Amino acid sequence: MSLDKDTVRTIANLARLEVRDDELDHLAGELSNIMTFVEQLAEVNTDGVQPMTSVADLALPQRADIVTDGNCRDKILANAPEQQDGFFLVPKVVE
Amino acid sequence: MAYVIQGETGDWELVIGLEVHAQVTSNSKLFSGAATNFGAEPNTQVSLVDAAMPGMLPVINEKCVEQAVRTGLGLKAQINLTSVFARKNYFYADLPQGYQISQFEFPIVGEGEVILDMPDGSTRTVGIERLHLEQDAGKSLHDQHPSKSFIDLNRAGVCLMEIVSKPDMRSPEEAAAYVTKLRSILRYLGSCDGNMAEGSMRADANVSVRKAGEPYRTRAEIKNVNSIRFLQQAIEYEARRQIDVYEEGGTVVQETRLWDSVKGETRSMRSKEMAHDYRYFPDPDLLPLKLTQGYVDGIKATLPELPDEKKDRFIKDYGLSTYDAGVLVAEQANADFFEAVAKGRDPKLACNWVMGDFAAAQNKQGRSIDNPVVSAASLGGLVDLIADNTISGRIAKEVFELMVETGKAPAAIVEEKGLKQVTDTGAIEAAIDAVLAANPDKVADYKGGKDKLFGFFVGQVMKNTGGKANPALVNDILKAKLA
Amino acid sequence: MTKLINLTMADARKALAAKDFTAVELVDAHIAQAEKARPLNAFVTETFDLAREQAKASDARIAKGDAGAMEGLPIGMKDLFCTEGVRTTASSKILSNFVPPYESTVSANLKRAGAVTIGKTALDEFAMGSSNMTSAFGNVENPWKRKSDPSVKLVPGGSSGGSASAIASHSVMAATGTDTGGSIRQPASFCGIVGIKPTYGRCSRWGVVAFASSLDQAGPMTRSVRDAAIMLGAMAGHDPKDSTSAPMPVPNFEAALTGDIRGLKVGIPKEYRPDGLSAEIQALWDNGIAMLKDAGATPVEISLPHTKYALATYYIIAPAECSSNLARYDGLRYGVRVEGKTLDEMYAKSRAAGFGKEVRRRILVGTYVLSAGYYDAYYAKAQKVRRLIADDFAKAFQTVDVILTPTAPSAAFGMGETDDNPVTMWLNDVFTIPTSMAGLPGLSLPGGLSADGLPLGLQLIGRPFDEETVLRVADVMEKAVGFNALPAFVEA
Repeated sequence: MSLDKDTVRTIANLARLEVRDDELDHLAGELSNIMTFVEQLAEVNTDGVQPMTSVADLALPQRADIVTDGNCRDKILANAPEQQDGFFLVPKVVE
Repeated sequence: MAYVIQGETGDWELVIGLEVHAQVTSNSKLFSGAATNFGAEPNTQVSLVDAAMPGMLPVINEKCVEQAVRTGLGLKAQINLTSVFARKNYFYADLPQGYQISQFEFPIVGEGEVILDMPDGSTRTVGIERLHLEQDAGKSLHDQHPSKSFIDLNRAGVCLMEIVSKPDMRSPEEAAAYVTKLRSILRYLGSCDGNMAEGSMRADANVSVRKAGEPYRTRAEIKNVNSIRFLQQAIEYEARRQIDVYEEGGTVVQETRLWDSVKGETRSMRSKEMAHDYRYFPDPDLLPLKLTQGYVDGIKATLPELPDEKKDRFIKDYGLSTYDAGVLVAEQANADFFEAVAKGRDPKLACNWVMGDFAAAQNKQGRSIDNPVVSAASLGGLVDLIADNTISGRIAKEVFELMVETGKAPAAIVEEKGLKQVTDTGAIEAAIDAVLAANPDKVADYKGGKDKLFGFFVGQVMKNTGGKANPALVNDILKAKLA
Repeated sequence: MTKLINLTMADARKALAAKDFTAVELVDAHIAQAEKARPLNAFVTETFDLAREQAKASDARIAKGDAGAMEGLPIGMKDLFCTEGVRTTASSKILSNFVPPYESTVSANLKRAGAVTIGKTALDEFAMGSSNMTSAFGNVENPWKRKSDPSVKLVPGGSSGGSASAIASHSVMAATGTDTGGSIRQPASFCGIVGIKPTYGRCSRWGVVAFASSLDQAGPMTRSVRDAAIMLGAMAGHDPKDSTSAPMPVPNFEAALTGDIRGLKVGIPKEYRPDGLSAEIQALWDNGIAMLKDAGATPVEISLPHTKYALATYYIIAPAECSSNLARYDGLRYGVRVEGKTLDEMYAKSRAAGFGKEVRRRILVGTYVLSAGYYDAYYAKAQKVRRLIADDFAKAFQTVDVILTPTAPSAAFGMGETDDNPVTMWLNDVFTIPTSMAGLPGLSLPGGLSADGLPLGLQLIGRPFDEETVLRVADVMEKAVGFNALPAFVEA
């Protein structure tokens, strides 16, 4: 599968990764190369095969409904690049 | 009679589907042990998991699973014994993980239904498409600073049930009735408190219009509606807007629009115009949720009597009207209060008092049913005094006011104020004789044809007896004497 | 007496108990070696002062008779494990200033067992790589050198290259690694040490910076199989904070080293012998088979028919999961932020500045394969092929007890010897990836030296939660191999 520059731009946008215009061609080539490699899976017959999301053969463990966490704002904000009055700060979002 | 909007080119029908997000009542969050209380100081109810710190992992809250199943059963819906959590990937400041843990292909609850109680007494059935569990996002404040937004993650990770209806509603009233009924059911079940003002229940409306007989046209989604009143207004506005677009030769775009309650209009969310590709895939940190039929049956056995069943029972067992029964069962606590008053008594009389003077007094004082102006036992006592003719209905109103004022029991008030009804025919006769004797010209006028004066005489007799004369007896005896 | 830095953990433990030396002396000796080994760049963050404090505390516990399983033993901690109060970077710029206010379950388990951490070891950025050349803090060097040309700097393998290098240089006795597609086993092979990726779910993932959630596993890297057994016992255990953590009791792995593998059936998968497999690796493998035969085991040819698709499957699933796992690195709540005029600009600039090329590549691939219209063809398809790969192993284990393969297709390569094609680098993991796809335990131990004097590893794969058999066979093989070569660095 060949990816073009526009596709790379769209994917990069979805992934919130800034990509310079002069990188697009090279990236498109790389990604096309990779996709060609993984496309070999199309030759495998998987009719009737259940997808495997997890190798863990377990029941989903459930926890009791008690408050055991939170109330640790210092820890939560400890690495914040910008904070004020207990809030995280970000560039203003216009809705 | 179907609801139509008259346009320039003819009549238009409305097609409405609702997505309701209901915050699940639980002590802690869906996948973390942080608290869920409303109104806490910013970022004080946030665990490392909620803040999406590196290496953090989700563990599901058993209560949230239970509440979803309970709600599904309350909606007469199919419970899916196997369901899968999926990641919905997108970037936003209030979404720390960069994805929301939700359910996509395999939700915990499938198809069900809600019966709407329309104002005219009719009912309509609206289908439920599905119900799934998902995380709520945090909150962004955009008005605290000129160039920065403030992010509070207290709400991030709180458990939501997303309840998706089928596009079965055809008018703003039906939409309102749906949300009203759904809210009532959730409150009965105890799975959500339905507090729209606080945001624990939010409704998004999918609205489209069409001419009769057409297939569905493009729909727009309206968000940011936090009351049932606004929901109706928003749907009305949006329907008209779409009709105008079509009638001017345009096309309606599939988009998300925000309801602006100040301007009374819906606005396109330009910033979210970019196509969202959520790239759903099963969350590899969580295994499929597998329930047993025994588990589901166990929850079913603990369901309370729900509004529809209770309403039917009130009509059948108490002989109440559809309307009255509907009003009483809307809130479970109100229904319970009524039943406490009605127990062992004339249910219609009890109903009149609960829905009449009691409700009025509650409203006047801004009381809720858990803090009533008089207790159910007390009100029941008043009903007893009417039923055994100790007091008349009119006097009872006086007694009720005094009960509210003083908090005293009805029997005590009647005794204290000497309000016992006068049923002694001799005394009533004497009072009537006195009134007729004092108003000979009016008697003559009445006998001459002025029937309205009957009411004057009744009034005078009541005044004469301090209001305590039994009205029925006064009527009969006065009639006889004036014949 | 053996130099302190040349002891195994097992021997050091005995010596500490016998009071031949103190934990402080042991740790000091390793700190000195780590300082000497600085040119190899194995550490992102040195924690020497902390280590000395921990060693003192260990001595006190040993004196009281309260010694834990790893008491006083100096280890390296892969910088993917969040360590409270100690910077944790995942070898990435984006976390270069991140100090976790919490401790991962595995590192806490090791602390509780008395281990002393010399420092946070470097890795390929976010655990994505097979050479440790993508760390934001510079390449890590393999202490081993080619006989033919010792001037060439060799890679230690990856992603746990820092851990492998530090162990091979004797700066630490052991280290934690993580393995998603081979990141413990392949560097172990390149550096002549032992590394085991346990069964998925054996060790907790809580507090380990996530790369690919359905594949990541923490595991020990050591200089002997016995040491690996000791360390795995200290690391493993059910964690209720990790929903994929197996509620299995932790066996006494050391007790599994009985030395007796008579009657065991060893599977030899024919698909691991592709055309182009180097003669050297073939010979290594044949030698390994012979050794196990001598010890009384029976080699059995098996077929794992979907082996050749494992790489493609991995490079759809792992990038897909990582594209989602790395979405949280957005400069908002922690890590490096590059300012932007809008929120989206801040995200895009922070992530572009913070992530290296390989990470960016995998995020883009992952985003693409999950995107609308492609999910069924790629991700869903890969999940199905994954099941076929797992089924291959399950079927094989009906007739054999353990599987023997080479660990890597070559010895350590030179830093300047790679080409621009990312897929070429990925081929390094062709023998280790299938084990990860099936969630099985896999161990690498040194099987011999290449003609050029570089270590070559052999891999043993076991049934789910049967690390005991894997360790038992490895222990026997280790004795048979008698690998006692040391890298030039250590001899010097």
